[in-house]
Amino acid sequence: MPLGGRYSIPGRYAWPVWLRNFHVWRKLMVPSLLGNFGEPVLYLLALGYGFGRMVGRVGQISYIEFLASGILCSSAMTAASFEAMYSAYTRLNVQHTWAAMLATPLGVEDVVIGEILWAGSKALINTTAILIVAAALGLVGGWTALLALPVALATGLAFAALAMIVTAFAPSYDFFMYYFTLVLTPLLLLSGVFFPLAELPHGVVLTMQFFPLVHAIALIRPLLAGTVPQQAWLHGGVILAYLLVAGGVAVWLFRRRILR
Amino acid sequence: MECSQGLARVLIPAVAGASKAVIVEGLEKRYAGRMVVDDISFSIDRGECFGLLGPNGAGKTTVLRMLLAHTPPSAGRIEVLGYSMPGEARAARARIGVVAQEDNLDPDFTVLENLLSYARYFGIKPRAMRRGTSALLEFAALEGREGARIHELSGGMQRRLTLARALVNDPRLLVLDEPTTGLDPQARQLIWQRLRSLLASGRTLFLTTHYMEEAERLCDRVAIIDGGRLVAIGSPHALIGEHVEAHVFEFTAPDLVSRAADLARLEGVHIERVGETTLVYARSPEPVRAWLSGCAGEQYWYRPGNLEDVFFRLTGRDLRDR
Repeated sequence: MPLGGRYSIPGRYAWPVWLRNFHVWRKLMVPSLLGNFGEPVLYLLALGYGFGRMVGRVGQISYIEFLASGILCSSAMTAASFEAMYSAYTRLNVQHTWAAMLATPLGVEDVVIGEILWAGSKALINTTAILIVAAALGLVGGWTALLALPVALATGLAFAALAMIVTAFAPSYDFFMYYFTLVLTPLLLLSGVFFPLAELPHGVVLTMQFFPLVHAIALIRPLLAGTVPQQAWLHGGVILAYLLVAGGVAVWLFRRRILR
Repeated sequence: MECSQGLARVLIPAVAGASKAVIVEGLEKRYAGRMVVDDISFSIDRGECFGLLGPNGAGKTTVLRMLLAHTPPSAGRIEVLGYSMPGEARAARARIGVVAQEDNLDPDFTVLENLLSYARYFGIKPRAMRRGTSALLEFAALEGREGARIHELSGGMQRRLTLARALVNDPRLLVLDEPTTGLDPQARQLIWQRLRSLLASGRTLFLTTHYMEEAERLCDRVAIIDGGRLVAIGSPHALIGEHVEAHVFEFTAPDLVSRAADLARLEGVHIERVGETTLVYARSPEPVRAWLSGCAGEQYWYRPGNLEDVFFRLTGRDLRDR
């Protein structure tokens, strides 16, 4: 990695930040995986089999297949959000890991982008585990399911970038509850994770189109069922737009917070 | 100090580039209209140990943050190792080692992992770094502790590791923010010894400290700032000669304290009262000694004037965080 040259791509030096977080994760892998992946799998099994018997089929697929794709998406959202809020905040304000990094050639944009990339990677790790479980349970309809992973990564990155905006304003850990209660929980309940979006009033459905989780589900649900999603570019575009805009805003906000 | 080959590698002489390590001109920082750093100028020679002193809130940390491009200046020019700050921060920081005031070792990593992951922030791969780590651990007197977790280390060990970590990139300039605050005397002595050996290797040191003894022992020159302004700059010896009398008598005995006012009439004597203590500053000690011989049996303390006296003379004795 050449240092001291003209700065070109933002976050070009984000890699060591990602790697640092990865190395720590590897040390604490077992409890981390258990928490972030065990819970969604429990939801999938309990709700899938419990409700599944009552609900029967949703459109072309069984309820547990329907739920599997929903939980895969929502766990990408929660895993990335949690990492970019609680963990990033700890490294910023409690362990002062960011301060140590900023004493080196790394800039604020490298650290913020490195954190977003890492939080997105955690979403990918968790969704990969869930996908493996879903495949083992016979809930996956074809090889297109593998394409769900890059979508889950992009979804994780977009939610990581959004969560970093929240972290940039956070005066303490308690602050994150606002975002969880006011944003993430409504998204989880109203984006079509547990039941089809069509069951909700038109206004709610329309509002949810402005958030990335609906679009992640619109891509991943057909992919898991073994079919090609419709309007894939539109859904993918919304997720990528969220990632780029929220990422840019997060970098700007952190530069303002840190480089006072 | 005898040093092994490995240690010698840590201490190799720095290469000379621009003649000044740091140039600061007309530096200003305003926060919401309040002037925190007010028109400060100084420069630091290569290989020099330069201390920045001042009471809490004087602007020390703000100056230091601006040097590292962690805070944009409101006005003025900063050049560090020939790089203009904050514009060329990345290149400059690649050649600077920083020991921050707040401990920020990585608690999730061992001693060795801390060095390796920190080196990676400089673009140094673990394979290239591994060769240097044993010398750094020796420098930090942490041999055999590679696998220890950070919370298993004492405060002194953590500080030494922070210092060793600041050397992974073989820096030309070391910036140390209160490097020995909170350490016991033994730990402090070891840090001083290490800082001296880094100076001997040709590196430049910039440090802030609250300990006047530390500044007097280590620094070639010190700058005293107060209220954001530079109030004095020079070698500790020159500042003492310039601002305070060479001889100091401290009285705490009530009898001496009550009669000390007599001394004020003597030529070249200056008296200060600090709580229960009276400080008698004298250009020559004889008149005061003669006066004291008339007060037989009373306890007093005699010492030469020091940097702390200069500090109080220039910044006053009021508490700054009241």
